Amino acid sequence: MPLPPLLISGASTPAPRWRGSKTAVVACAALVVVVLLALLAPVLTSYGEAQILPGSELLPPSRTHLFGTDVLGRDVLTRVLYGSRISLGLAFLATVVATALGTAVGAAAGYSGGRVDALLMRLVDTLLALPRVLLLIGLLAIWPQLPLHVFVLVLGLTAWFPLSRLVRAEVRAIVTRDHVLAARALGSGHLQIVFRHVLPNAIGTVLVAAPLIAGGVIVLEAGLSFLGVGVQPPTASWGSIAYDGFEVVNSAWWVALFPGLAIAFTVTAINMLGDVLRDALDPRQLPLR
Amino acid sequence: MTPPSAGVGTPDVHPTPTTSRQSGPPLLEVRDLVKHFPIRRGILGRTVGHVRAVDGVSFQLWPGETLGLVGESGCGKSTTGRMVLRLLEPSAGSVHFDGADVLALSGARLRAMRRHAQIIFQDPFSSLNPRMTIGAAIREGLTIHRIAAGEAADRRVRELLSEVGLRPQFADRYPHEFSGGQRQRVGIARALSVSPRLIVCDEPVSALDVSVQAQVVNLLQDLQRDRGLAYLFIAHDLSVVEHIADRVAVMYLGHIVELASATDIYREPLMPYTQALLSAVPVPDPTVRSTRVVLSGDVPSPANPPSGCVFHPRCQHPRKDEACTKLVPPLEEKSAGHWAACIKQPPTTVHWEVQKAAGGTRQPERYLPDL
Amino acid sequence: MTPPPKGADAPGAEAPLLSVTDLRTYFHTNNGVARAVDGVSFTVAQGETVGLVGESGCGKSVTALSLMRLIQSPGRIEPGSSVRFEGTELLTLSEADMRRVRGNRMAMVFQEPMSALNPVFTVGDQIAEVARIHSRASRRDAWRQAVAMLELTGMPAPEQRAHEYPHQLSGGMRQRVLIAMALMMNPALIVADEPTTALDVTIQAQILELLADLQRRTGTSILMITHDLGVIAETARRVIVMYAGEVVEQSAVGPLFATPHHPYTEGLLAAMPRMGRRRDRLRVIPGTVPPPTDWPTGCRFRARCQYSWDRCANEHPPLYDLGDGRRSRCHLAVEPGRRAHPHEPLAAQAVPAR
Repeated sequence: MPLPPLLISGASTPAPRWRGSKTAVVACAALVVVVLLALLAPVLTSYGEAQILPGSELLPPSRTHLFGTDVLGRDVLTRVLYGSRISLGLAFLATVVATALGTAVGAAAGYSGGRVDALLMRLVDTLLALPRVLLLIGLLAIWPQLPLHVFVLVLGLTAWFPLSRLVRAEVRAIVTRDHVLAARALGSGHLQIVFRHVLPNAIGTVLVAAPLIAGGVIVLEAGLSFLGVGVQPPTASWGSIAYDGFEVVNSAWWVALFPGLAIAFTVTAINMLGDVLRDALDPRQLPLR
Repeated sequence: MTPPSAGVGTPDVHPTPTTSRQSGPPLLEVRDLVKHFPIRRGILGRTVGHVRAVDGVSFQLWPGETLGLVGESGCGKSTTGRMVLRLLEPSAGSVHFDGADVLALSGARLRAMRRHAQIIFQDPFSSLNPRMTIGAAIREGLTIHRIAAGEAADRRVRELLSEVGLRPQFADRYPHEFSGGQRQRVGIARALSVSPRLIVCDEPVSALDVSVQAQVVNLLQDLQRDRGLAYLFIAHDLSVVEHIADRVAVMYLGHIVELASATDIYREPLMPYTQALLSAVPVPDPTVRSTRVVLSGDVPSPANPPSGCVFHPRCQHPRKDEACTKLVPPLEEKSAGHWAACIKQPPTTVHWEVQKAAGGTRQPERYLPDL
Repeated sequence: MTPPPKGADAPGAEAPLLSVTDLRTYFHTNNGVARAVDGVSFTVAQGETVGLVGESGCGKSVTALSLMRLIQSPGRIEPGSSVRFEGTELLTLSEADMRRVRGNRMAMVFQEPMSALNPVFTVGDQIAEVARIHSRASRRDAWRQAVAMLELTGMPAPEQRAHEYPHQLSGGMRQRVLIAMALMMNPALIVADEPTTALDVTIQAQILELLADLQRRTGTSILMITHDLGVIAETARRVIVMYAGEVVEQSAVGPLFATPHHPYTEGLLAAMPRMGRRRDRLRVIPGTVPPPTDWPTGCRFRARCQYSWDRCANEHPPLYDLGDGRRSRCHLAVEPGRRAHPHEPLAAQAVPAR
């Protein structure tokens, strides 16, 4: 496998070894399918996201309504497809926010060491001790019509703590390596060292942890929406659809089942991707020539 | 020259054994360098003591010269090397590089100094960034110090690679594609990129196989000859040091205990620790069965070093006595250019009367075991 | 691991303690089959110290692990290999029977005493455990034995030290603990894999002296695996030199150092800086060891050899018998005249000259 050419930045990642990993193929294919379904929602279904079909309330799965209809007579498949846009989008954006913050705080603590490190890590300890779900429920109870972008931010802002610990530990180990010392001896500045010598080597940890954050965010969003405090109707998310279905679960199981399955399927695929990334980034897996 | 004294009763002189290379001012002058690492305990991180990793080390290094710094693990030799480049901040003492006080430098001026003093590491696996091509690693110094850019930098990288015996086409490969010896060559090329005058070689061949070790040792010698480099060559392998060094300093528990030309130190080691160290090296010749000085016990903890001479609990000098446990032996000139710290090896500036007053019962006498 | 079939029997009135025949240990990796040990044969007699020397990647450590059958997947001892020890073929033993050999009749001393010890138990516990595994010694007896063993290895204050944890001991003391563990069951053979490489030279001297002394007292055999020719010269009676997964030279220690036959041995000795014999330049062996997935055909040392000729490219040299127990895997054995005409090795020409 050819390696990337000499880059000006120099801090590129050697091409990981993907070949031969069935898990990788399955996980990636599953996620591509989920994302495609979300993007192509308007093409795949002829109903609108919140379109109510009078007289079609709580129809079981059939040829016209593969996933049945809900209590208001909306097509559940359509809702799940549109809901995936919200759920995936939220997860993606919140993960970006959490990953950036976690990496920044972890790198700052690990690279600085000493007091800065102690201070930041005590802060993280405190934040980790906060009951996150209760906090979010409380916040959403105070501010029930939380705009979606603020909701994303809040999810991201409360998801970075464990990652910062991981990154910090990794960075502590990396800064003791001789190539970091060599960079100092050459006269490199701190930012240069962090961005060229430290972070590229911690990227594996981040890439492995990020999917776990994404999976967590999907589950958390679903949970909050299920409790009725997350994504607000008529916007559909997997959690809010399941919430709608929960009230009628005894008579119309399909309303809650299909968004539930979508969550399980997606989160499993994302977690598999995390495993694959960890293996692929193991330096021993790098090709020789 | 009147540097400050190094220990109790140290005469106000400085070890300057002369060799042919020494003319003009030294490139590097280290005086009374000290590094104490605090030992912290408990959740509050209270300091309960200090590890005296380096405890008053002085030496000089002239342009084009190799000073070997030998000793066993924990003796402070690597710490000394790092303090010289200010990769570690000394607790006390001074370092002058090319006449400038290194410890007073900061910011841009410290960076400028680093162009002239580089380091090569022991572990060829951790000394290169696995995510950077070796070309980029070598290029880094060129960019930082604005030595070359663009096409000119590419050319310089290729030149450096061929200078250390690697194919220029290797520039776009990653460290994991190279063997230990080849990586060590990359590390050397990286150090050379900024055209330094001093290279601290921190155990540069210790991790290499014998056949590869010889390649790297020869390369270092060639580079020194071609570029007039000075080396501070830190190693625990005494045979490699004998081969490459002009002068050798032996360290034990944070102190230099002997400093002399390589010829003198291997032919006539005066400090009993040096004697034991040399005698312990296995000889690759089954017909030679040396009478070995086997030291008993382990090196004491540098957090709690012995009083007096730090080597006295393990010393095999037949004249060792109470005085050795009380008096700190100064590093003194025993013969021209041959410095050693032992009050029982005559001549010594610590007079017999002083020794007697400290409980000495045995007069100093030359001891040179058959090695 | 698939149990390979029974190896060749080598019965005899004075069968050696250990007899390894055509040992092949291959690693089946994604990058191909790494033939780490590729047809190695040697013997160790009762009470003998045999040195196994070679550089990293030559297969010496894999050989040691193969003897103990401690090779892990993707590694495999290939069918047709044979390791006979005290008259038993080890490679066909059941895992349960093999456990009775390990640590009991054949013990191992590792290079890294810190990682070879469990950090959460006291060293006394760990030594005593050996006795608890292999005999029905009571807890108290095992402990008493452990302390006695520590004392035998020259550990100062063995009673107190036995109660300490590995991190409380120095490197030299930890190595004494490992040796005490190895000696606990009075084994017939100790496989010492670079036992002093991680130690300082003065501590190395102590440990080598200790091993020699213990051998005199207990009569155990030692297979001393090391890269250090100095250690070999001081400890071994017989030497096996490995290169690229094969034995390339076998000899009593004296002749090997005086007149090395294989060009690799010769190069190795010439490349070592020696105290008291300062030279301007060290002789080098150009190039590097080829990867074990891709051993060259013909002689594996050919590209780095200063004597190689066309025969070396075409014909894989057998281990020629030179008489007096000496063997060498070099065609110079049959064409000795070629030694008079050294040339620049291929590996030195391939890389642009400095």
